Amino acid sequence: MASEEVKHDYHLVDPSPWPAVGSLAAFLATFGGVYAMKPDATLFGVKGEVFGLYCFWAGLLMLFYTAFAWWKDVIKEANTGDHTPVVRIGLRYGMILFIASEVMFFVAWFWAFFNAWLFPIVPIPDVTAFWDVITMEAPWPPEGIETFDPWHLPFMNTLILLLSGTTVTWAHHSMLEGDRDMTKQMLWFTVLLGALFSCLQGFEYSHAAFGFSGSIYSASFYMATGFHGFHVLIGTIFLAVCLGRLYKGHFSPEHHFGFEAAAWYWHFVDVVWLFLFIFIYILGASPFGG
Amino acid sequence: MAGATPTGWKRWVYSTNHKDIGIMYIWFAFFAGLIGFGMSGIIRMELAEPGIQFIPSVFGITEDQARHMFNVLTTGHGLIMVFFMVMPALIGGFGNYFVPLMIGAPDMAFPRMNNISFWLMPPSFILLLLSTFVEGQAGQPGFGGGWTAYAPLSTYGHTGPAMDFAIFSLHLAGASSIMGAINYITTIWNMRAPGMTLHKMPLFSWSVLITAVLLLLALPVLAGAITMLLTDRNFGTTFFDPAGGGDPILFQHLFWFFGHPEVYIMILPAFGIVSHIVSTFSKKSIFGYLGMAYAMAAIGFIGFIVWAHHMYTVGLSLNTKVYFVAATMVIAVPTGVKIFSWVATMWGGSITFKTPMLYAIAFILLFTVGGVTGVVLSNAGADVALHDTYYVVAHFHYVLSLGAVFAIFAGLYYWIGKMSGRQYPEWAGQLQFWVTFIGVNTIFFPQHFLGLQGMPRRYVDYPDAFTYWNQISSYGYLITLVGVIMFILVFAYTLFFAKKTVPDNQWGEGATTLEWTLSSPPPFHQFNELPDMSKSTGH
Repeated sequence: MASEEVKHDYHLVDPSPWPAVGSLAAFLATFGGVYAMKPDATLFGVKGEVFGLYCFWAGLLMLFYTAFAWWKDVIKEANTGDHTPVVRIGLRYGMILFIASEVMFFVAWFWAFFNAWLFPIVPIPDVTAFWDVITMEAPWPPEGIETFDPWHLPFMNTLILLLSGTTVTWAHHSMLEGDRDMTKQMLWFTVLLGALFSCLQGFEYSHAAFGFSGSIYSASFYMATGFHGFHVLIGTIFLAVCLGRLYKGHFSPEHHFGFEAAAWYWHFVDVVWLFLFIFIYILGASPFGG
Repeated sequence: MAGATPTGWKRWVYSTNHKDIGIMYIWFAFFAGLIGFGMSGIIRMELAEPGIQFIPSVFGITEDQARHMFNVLTTGHGLIMVFFMVMPALIGGFGNYFVPLMIGAPDMAFPRMNNISFWLMPPSFILLLLSTFVEGQAGQPGFGGGWTAYAPLSTYGHTGPAMDFAIFSLHLAGASSIMGAINYITTIWNMRAPGMTLHKMPLFSWSVLITAVLLLLALPVLAGAITMLLTDRNFGTTFFDPAGGGDPILFQHLFWFFGHPEVYIMILPAFGIVSHIVSTFSKKSIFGYLGMAYAMAAIGFIGFIVWAHHMYTVGLSLNTKVYFVAATMVIAVPTGVKIFSWVATMWGGSITFKTPMLYAIAFILLFTVGGVTGVVLSNAGADVALHDTYYVVAHFHYVLSLGAVFAIFAGLYYWIGKMSGRQYPEWAGQLQFWVTFIGVNTIFFPQHFLGLQGMPRRYVDYPDAFTYWNQISSYGYLITLVGVIMFILVFAYTLFFAKKTVPDNQWGEGATTLEWTLSSPPPFHQFNELPDMSKSTGH
């Protein structure tokens, strides 16, 4: 069928095993994940603790390998000229849309936070049956929660992320001007600042005055900042891969979408942090409107 | 690069071809649909008589186990029909196969990602099926809290792994759909043939574009909500537990912020298919093309700001309810634009009543019935009486089972010749249509009466007073069962025995979109030379 000459610039991708392998990995990770979380549940008489965690990690490792192999193929295709100008436009759309979906994912966590912050509730004491809970207004932050001082480590982290946003933009401009040494230098700064942010966040978590479970404050705080931290890690890895590709000479002043996508992603992570900082760290430390 | 075309199992498992992936989606939807349809059969047989007897006698379980099993069946039926039948058929199946053909593109923008969108579906479905066999509610298998998975039924109501399986199933299906949405939007924005402006693009492509935007923006919110369920269940967070300051109503908000766009995700592609069929068999271009396109965009936008009309009974403030009533009723306006434009397309047209056209006309009629009952339910006052009754069940089955599913049938009859090169026997298709039409209406029309009489949904048993219409409804299921068997026979005959004789354009001058310029079935890679649409005035 392919005998006819192809007269367009679109990329007809070769068949690939990675989608199916990745799906299998996702199945193993989720299947194992269920039994890792339910170690006492049994499957055919076997307790979850026997296989759950192993199955989960096997799936996760397989998923990592799939991601590695898949993107390796993409990089190979980029370097052999499959990414024509029209394909590059498509990749740009794809990345923007992916970030849009990520934004909506964070909307869910912010929604949970705003719901709790704007309308804090607790059950009226002595009504304990779960199908018959009657709630009343509650203080904010909830009793027993001692929030962070936003102008301490969180403010430091804000400055670190903003600075890293500056250095990644600097790296981009250097790349556009063909100044490879400066690009490398600035990308190194960005990656290191990203790693520093993660370290400080980990330090902050380990010194928190409240635990993970039992309160809506800690739930929305840890899940929102935790998913943000997870995205910082992904963004840092993405940028580090770009740094490696930079050393291999993959990028030119005209053709470096992989790097641009990483920079966009980094800015997205940065903006999410600003919202976290303003609403959860600063304003959320005291009751809404007060 | 291009050209490698593996054969055997690799052709499907390694596929980067939008038509092959579309075919796999349709087969997947078919098998999942049969399972979902089987579940509804058990539900209808149990409800044929008051009392609890069918499930205990068939499955050899106690009445108490039957109660839970009934709940698991309604939950599974809903999830399967939404996520594993309607969406894979309309979006994954027809969307994959026909969007690139219609816009004059050689394939999707990201063919490899397209394949993982499909291949995530079987693992997701297996997780959901597994969920029905492992412990859910203490001592009983499966999750029986409804497809909406409201907390606390989905948190401490079902402590076993069944709910965790269901959650991960939705995570995988959601990831699949988000990647699919990115793919469709990029394809449609970036790969239209030269000269095919958005305002010349066929309406089915428009419908998939808008559907994809809804998927992209709605599904991540569901992903967040079910992740909160997961951490509430397993890691001690209290998002939905008032004891820790959480709020079960939060889950409903998050769920319906996804769930309401979701119903438009299921119906918009159906709108697109019906537009093509009505135009083809009326031998006229569609009436009010731009109005049709922007009506879908308007429905998509308004679909995001009406979610709390599913929650009138949770204690919303009066002002909130007033807003959601008004916003919801506004949707009737662009929907009315579509209904009247279809009627106006047929008006004065030279109509041939082939099977796809019968299904399309039935769609318009029955969707209108479901739309009108939707306007009734949009009233917060009336909804307090009708909430969670069979009136609601009748309403959403009229727009989905008799709407979206009729559009799937319509699309299959319309395009099976194009996809396989083989034509279904017209008389058999028409007979199958009439049997199905009578069957589903017999199931669902009486449910309006049951709802108005106050019969609540999701109950295994009911007082004797509701017997009459429940029996009629269950007889309707048997008629529909005949329709489904005929459907299987018609398509088995078509695919395995009919000759490959379908010409490029089997429907004649009314069929004007680009897929009818290609052979039937189309070549493995079409449009190696892109079609020039700059002179074309049609759509």
